[in-house]
Amino acid sequence: MGNSTKLGMNRTGFQMAPVAGPLQEAFAMQVPPSSPGTIEQAAAVRAAYIAEADRIGSVPPPGTIRGMLATAADKLTGDKPELLLDKLGQRLAYERTGVRLYQAMCTKVQAAGHFRLDELYADLVRIAEDEARHFDLLCTAVESMGADPSAQTPCADVSGMASLGLMQVITDPRTTVSQSLEVILTVELTDNAAWELLIALARESGHDEMADSFREAYEQEEEHLITIKRWLRDTVMHEAQ
Amino acid sequence: MSPINNLWDSKGTPLDRQRFTWKDLVGKPISKLDDDAFTRIRVILLNGLEVDSLRLKHIVSRFNGDLRVPLAQIRRVEHHQNTMVNWLLSADHSPLETTVAYEQVAIEVTASVAQAEPDPYQAQTYRFGLLEDFDHLYRYSAMLDRLEGKDANNILQGYTDIVPGRPTADEHRAPEDDVREPYSKKEAALLTKLHATLITAAEYQTHDYFINIGPLFADPLARQLYAEIASIEEQHVTQYGSLQDPSESIMEKLLIHEATEVYAYYSAVEQETNPRVKAIWERFLDYELGHLNLMCDLFKQYERRDPAEILTGVIPTPLQFRSNREFIRDVLSREVPLRANGTRYVPQEQESAASLSQRAQLNMEGSPSNIVSAGYQWSPGTELSRTRARKA
Repeated sequence: MGNSTKLGMNRTGFQMAPVAGPLQEAFAMQVPPSSPGTIEQAAAVRAAYIAEADRIGSVPPPGTIRGMLATAADKLTGDKPELLLDKLGQRLAYERTGVRLYQAMCTKVQAAGHFRLDELYADLVRIAEDEARHFDLLCTAVESMGADPSAQTPCADVSGMASLGLMQVITDPRTTVSQSLEVILTVELTDNAAWELLIALARESGHDEMADSFREAYEQEEEHLITIKRWLRDTVMHEAQ
Repeated sequence: MSPINNLWDSKGTPLDRQRFTWKDLVGKPISKLDDDAFTRIRVILLNGLEVDSLRLKHIVSRFNGDLRVPLAQIRRVEHHQNTMVNWLLSADHSPLETTVAYEQVAIEVTASVAQAEPDPYQAQTYRFGLLEDFDHLYRYSAMLDRLEGKDANNILQGYTDIVPGRPTADEHRAPEDDVREPYSKKEAALLTKLHATLITAAEYQTHDYFINIGPLFADPLARQLYAEIASIEEQHVTQYGSLQDPSESIMEKLLIHEATEVYAYYSAVEQETNPRVKAIWERFLDYELGHLNLMCDLFKQYERRDPAEILTGVIPTPLQFRSNREFIRDVLSREVPLRANGTRYVPQEQESAASLSQRAQLNMEGSPSNIVSAGYQWSPGTELSRTRARKA
């Protein structure tokens, strides 16, 4: 597989039809819209639905007595433990999906090849292992609040929706290593900011011990981001040569 | 292109040699960017025809004990043909982009059929429906632009105009105004029967596609638009399905369907530009000839008639896969105000009270198709490019 972008017979774009194109455009401008207005009409419909909407779902109540006590204690101090649980559930799901994304990435680079294959592969495997450890860490944190780490919280669900395209790009046999690395960079940029937020939220809600336990994971995520940015830059620059 | 002679005479591939593997079924998809739009049009059309073939045979099997096993045998192959064809669509088509492609099929294939159709009433029906699908393309293009920030012309590749047709908001009719006059099985040309089968199949799959992917959208306006246009596609299935003579026997319907599949694959083989895809069309043309021969045997066995009574006459040309811009612009300039009253096409002011009432009811809380395209005119590179050009 020639694992880089090439010039070819791309048929998209207006300039593909130098003669008929301008006539097509003129005809489109000559026929008036059948209904007056602007995109604002659509915004009004959407706003009405937003006003009427239910939420995607709820955070499940903790299942253990210890969890219920912890939740009640947070309630007494004015905190909202469901918010922290929701965010913990989201990170947990994200890290778990992250392991699968890195595994897919390993398959891609092994099959497609890379000018520094061994180094890149080793980094991908190492990061996948880090993501798996972060998943374990988050499961423990969720359990420490008496909650169920196998439940899907609303933020976990939404984050899963947002990630659908990421997996689609990496698992498409036609995409290149650099195209896939760019997806991984998106993952790491989000992950980085999200860990930072999670630590702040844990501290804010009085879970200092939990926040401390996340420190190492956050530092690893910072390193992942730097590593992936570098791999993307090196790969694209190599293609450009 | 030259007339098609002796198309039905070849024996094709025997059913027991029509084999697949999973790897075979899931081959390389077409390129959204590099393949010709008409390759995608053929993929979508032939997928729809295979789905319809399965549908017809399943329904027939509910009514006929003797046919259950032979139809199941043909269906298994057709299901796998259906898979191989549909899996040619690549994953980088968003559902909305695929929708635009479906509408391009509905427009360009129906326009070709309308021009080739020898029966004036049937041809009028195709032109009538064409202007409605043409309008759907405009609405979905506006949605693609305003929701995903993409230019529908990158799917259409300049073959099809993006302007309003008969406004979708005006297409909602009472069911009795969607049922058309059928052709006469004794008098109609074979081509008329093939056309009705083909376009019904295409519209049926469009309906099913919209009703399945509509709920995949988070945006409520997109959900409304799919709900609205899926409703028109149901009307279209009613319309086109009613073009067929209801007094045709089950065996006649099955025979005509197989002949339609042969005709469609033959037309695809003749015009395909992607060699890998062309090889699939060639293989499946041979498969379809095998199915047609089996169906001829069943026809003789159960109908006690000669299939040549149905498969008669010369087909003037293959189905034309090409841009019909001038024809469509001409129809657009003359027939947008036409409406249907019962089986008749009438001026706007003669629409039935039932249709007007149905439409008023559905549009009472607003028309999604009008809202999504409020003030919309297509420009190369999306309407935002027009703003950019004004600033320059």
